[in-house]
Amino acid sequence: MYDATHNALAPFQRWLKPRGSVEKTFIVAEEITKGALFNCQMCGQCVLHSTGMTCPMNCPKNLRNGPCGGVRANGHCEIIPEMRCVWVQAWERSRAMPEYGNEILNVLPPVNRRLQNTSAWINEFTGIAQKNPAGWIGVNEILMRDANVISSGARNLAADNADFSLRSK
Amino acid sequence: MQISRSARNDTTFFVPPPSSNLVSGSRLERVLKAGRFAVTAELNPPDSADPQAVYDRALVLATVCDAINATDASGAHCHMSSVSMCALLTRAGYEPIYQISCRDRNRIAIQGDVLGAAAMGVKNVLCLTGDGVQAGDQPEAKPVFDLDSLTLLRTVRIMRDAGQFLSGRKLDVPPRVFVGAAENPFAPPFDFRPLRLQKKWQAGAEFIQTQYCFDIARLREFMQRVVDLGLHEKLYILVGVGPLRSARVAEWMRTNVPGVHIPDTMVERLRGAENQAREGKKLCIELIQQVREIPGVRGVHVMAYRQEELVAEIIDEAGLLPRVTEKDLARR
Repeated sequence: MYDATHNALAPFQRWLKPRGSVEKTFIVAEEITKGALFNCQMCGQCVLHSTGMTCPMNCPKNLRNGPCGGVRANGHCEIIPEMRCVWVQAWERSRAMPEYGNEILNVLPPVNRRLQNTSAWINEFTGIAQKNPAGWIGVNEILMRDANVISSGARNLAADNADFSLRSK
Repeated sequence: MQISRSARNDTTFFVPPPSSNLVSGSRLERVLKAGRFAVTAELNPPDSADPQAVYDRALVLATVCDAINATDASGAHCHMSSVSMCALLTRAGYEPIYQISCRDRNRIAIQGDVLGAAAMGVKNVLCLTGDGVQAGDQPEAKPVFDLDSLTLLRTVRIMRDAGQFLSGRKLDVPPRVFVGAAENPFAPPFDFRPLRLQKKWQAGAEFIQTQYCFDIARLREFMQRVVDLGLHEKLYILVGVGPLRSARVAEWMRTNVPGVHIPDTMVERLRGAENQAREGKKLCIELIQQVREIPGVRGVHVMAYRQEELVAEIIDEAGLLPRVTEKDLARR
């Protein structure tokens, strides 16, 4: 579905540039639709799949990787007491999403603040939205790191744990 | 997730230290990796330009714990900055844990401070999101939150393990720091919390210090899930504890300090006591003893706002002294 849309839009790539004339139309369209549906804050890099279709930019701390430790006992926000925590909602909704529900477990990169008030749809199409800081190291490498720890450090790890069970009081 | 080209070409990151090898050589890291029960304590920064205020408090804590947390404007109240407090502590030969909050500084400032802190001898950092500015006495301030605790964790790991800034620009000498994060098992959504802990591990955390624990039943549930996920073998988890001075303080804390949950039974017990302060201390010691029995817990983090002497007494009376000596650690 995504590929189909991408291919269908490909001939119009020339017009679908960030800061291009067409973008204004997209911005208005996004503000109206996503604004009404998700209270979109126009960060320009939509991650609704990873957040139970709850816009994380409504979190007063702009958290994109899960709730802070300040969530109140009633599930409301530490900063805005009358608002339900964005991440309490995100977690509940993600549990009801059969296909993308577990994307909430992904570690997301830092927000690109330059994309504020640009079109997330165009950014997605041009690939700007998916572009991480050049030095960012993704989940894949972290998984490789773990594989390494398991293979090269298995003996040490086992020794460590044995040691721990003996010595810990 | 997209992998940047510079990251893909960087092979240094793929040779991580196995869990028993030391990355920072900090005392905290050595104690934990030697399988000993660790004790950390919080040093609350003074509202003063006098370094003696820091030294006086550190002196009380130094002999009773393995590392001293230097808080970063906790509760959004301005005090002496955590990085400068760390500078004073390392200068005097103490071992600080440099707390970094995302509330007040953006990614440029934070990365610079991590380098500076490491240059001054800081070997432990704790990556925090930070309390909102509304919790403090200057709620008109601009909240920054450029990074969050997870992107901050990964940023520090990228600096340390890949030897580069977030931009990919290389560091001459990377900061050798032991990287920690916080978790609050006592705040909703409860079933997400253990998985969020897993995310923090994936982001790069090596040790965890939890929020104040007053609800042992909730902690047990949380730790059960953590053990089920195997996270207790990947992360060194230190549980936060602290004394309550009175029922009134408990009431105040649970309404005004973000993320602190105190069950009614605990408040009632304090209210019914003849000497509430003594009961609060006793409660804290009992909690430490219960926490030590929970599988997967590798230490405690003792916090008491500006009551360093009380912290020392609690650690002593909970039977956590003497701390493991350098000689013992070296023998391993």
